[in-house]
Amino acid sequence: MKIHEFQAKQILRDAGVPVLRGVVATSAGDAAKAFTELGAPVAVVKAQIHAGGRGKGQIRECPEQRGVQLVRSAQEAASVAGRMLGNRLVTTQTGPDGQTVRQVLVEEGCDIARELYLGIVVDRAAAKPVLMVSSEGGVEIEKVAAETPEKIFKEHFHPQVGLLDYQVRKLCQKLQIGGGSVRSAAKFMQALCRAFVKYDCSLAEINPLVVTGRGEMVALDAKINFDDNALFRHPDIAQLRDLSEEEPAEIRAGKAGLSYVKLNGNIGCLVNGAGLAMSTMDIIKLHGGEPANFLDVGGGADTEQVTEAFSILLSDPNVKAVLVNIFGGIMQCTTIAQAILEAYRTVGFNVPLVVRLEGTRVEEGRKILAESGVNIITADGLTDAAQKVVAAATAA
Amino acid sequence: MSILVNRDTRVICQGITGKAGAFHTKGCLDYGTDIVGGVTPGKAGATVEGVPVFDTITEAVEKTGANATMIFVPAAFTADAILEAVDAGIQVIVAITEGVPVLDMIHVYDVVKRSDVTLIGPNCPGIITAEECKIGIMPGYIHRRGCVGVISRSGTLTYEAVWQTTSLGLGQSTCVGLGGDPIVGTSFIDLLKQFETDPQTEAILMIGEIGGSAEEEAAVFIKQHVTKPVAAFIAGRTAPPGKRMGHAGAIISGGKGTAAEKIDALRQAGIEVAESPADMGQAVQRAMQRK
Repeated sequence: MKIHEFQAKQILRDAGVPVLRGVVATSAGDAAKAFTELGAPVAVVKAQIHAGGRGKGQIRECPEQRGVQLVRSAQEAASVAGRMLGNRLVTTQTGPDGQTVRQVLVEEGCDIARELYLGIVVDRAAAKPVLMVSSEGGVEIEKVAAETPEKIFKEHFHPQVGLLDYQVRKLCQKLQIGGGSVRSAAKFMQALCRAFVKYDCSLAEINPLVVTGRGEMVALDAKINFDDNALFRHPDIAQLRDLSEEEPAEIRAGKAGLSYVKLNGNIGCLVNGAGLAMSTMDIIKLHGGEPANFLDVGGGADTEQVTEAFSILLSDPNVKAVLVNIFGGIMQCTTIAQAILEAYRTVGFNVPLVVRLEGTRVEEGRKILAESGVNIITADGLTDAAQKVVAAATAA
Repeated sequence: MSILVNRDTRVICQGITGKAGAFHTKGCLDYGTDIVGGVTPGKAGATVEGVPVFDTITEAVEKTGANATMIFVPAAFTADAILEAVDAGIQVIVAITEGVPVLDMIHVYDVVKRSDVTLIGPNCPGIITAEECKIGIMPGYIHRRGCVGVISRSGTLTYEAVWQTTSLGLGQSTCVGLGGDPIVGTSFIDLLKQFETDPQTEAILMIGEIGGSAEEEAAVFIKQHVTKPVAAFIAGRTAPPGKRMGHAGAIISGGKGTAAEKIDALRQAGIEVAESPADMGQAVQRAMQRK
């Protein structure tokens, strides 16, 4: 689960991690008030969307406006906020349509002596959380990792033990942080590691982490993602979810217990099992088609779920044909065939439907579909299914 | 000979009194698995599918001599269930449950690695030695005793591969579902080592997907230590970056963990990689012919 920068900063604030003072605004007028409230000579107006690259991004409706801008007066804050709010910010991470800006964060300016990078993720290979730091702050860390990996320093830590003092000292030496700043670094890093564990995060990224002229560490930006599997034990975090930042079809699918990811193609897919669902997308592409989505209907594809799945697939106007690919193991092909027919009748298909069944009672399942009187194209095997649905989508 | 589980394995089911636990206990019993007991705290004395239920694994082990467990305990309690199994001396732990918090697995992984216990999963379909022992939710009938060792991060995609190898007359020795989570108890490498020394296994099929670096690490290991023919398929070539594709561990993060990188690494290690999921069985045949 993702949250906005201003929410991440509030979490950090509560956790004792130094962040800059800021006020959220939803109108140009509020942005002006925020500037005055902060009482600083300089402030930064930052568009709040669930994507990075905001600084270099552009507002689609007035491209000279970036997603992050320094302002020196309440009036300037209002103008900038006015150009952002209600408009779409396009960054390298949003896709060409960008995302609507509904809130801005007006934050006090700060005296930047150095910009560092600091991030925590779970290192899968080591099976431990890892804190990564780099003196290359304020730039894309993936670029640093790819081009100059020797500039990234890592320390693994155990969730219950936290980051140890000697680890902080090691990292400070690598970053050439000395004197009193080491204590500030320890406070920052250890508090962030504790917060990562406390809230079951999957990512906590501070880019840039600023060292001020006075040698103090403060988060200029903050990005925190949470482990979806752990949200059940963090109702307060779950409440921070901003549904307007998510794809409506994906939200709807989540409610029905389906896993759905929208893509850009025109062939809708309905599959049981994540690996098989990804493979179905892959084989469609292999045979010249473009998948419109990933959809895992899970182990219990009953009539209700299949109906909802079909509804969701068909709500995408790009979809020109649908492929249902089911390997019935515990689930019987006869059950699935019945579910498909009922769903088909309820939803009302207006595009070709190709069904490939395999597994338990497959012959009976195919027979049920063939004798239904419904115009369903049955496929025999994965390759046949892909070829048939690509042909159907092309002909449409 | 197969690996890890066989007709002599004695299995308990943790969470046996739940809907999934009871249903799949029956499924395994029907396959011929020796399920000797179940554990649900507070339900000792009950019987499920003719199998006695105990309050603790320690008691279950004392009374039944169980050496393996199949876990259907809800995600919030799965870590505890795994740790209890390790503590009670269980040798093979199969955690089916999906949705276990990632940070819960840090400590579990530590404990498991410091012991000589095998943890399979979580979020996996289980393990099956064809015609001998099924611990999990896979359909038993698609398997045939044979020579292919299958290691997979998937569920139904594994069944496709099994069905293909059965249809080609190759059959399987043991099939292991590693699980779709970011941190799982057993890796491709752990099982490659075992398949390499198992007399019944003549070829190995790896089924991977986007996310993490397990396949790349396995490729390096295979080049140095595996002499038997290996084939592979990687799902997710068309997956977009940054999106979780069903499995918690199937996500391309920070540009890493793409299918293309994995396929490249595997091919560089001389592994026969299937272009299409329809081609997995034949990829195994090609790998066997090449050696």
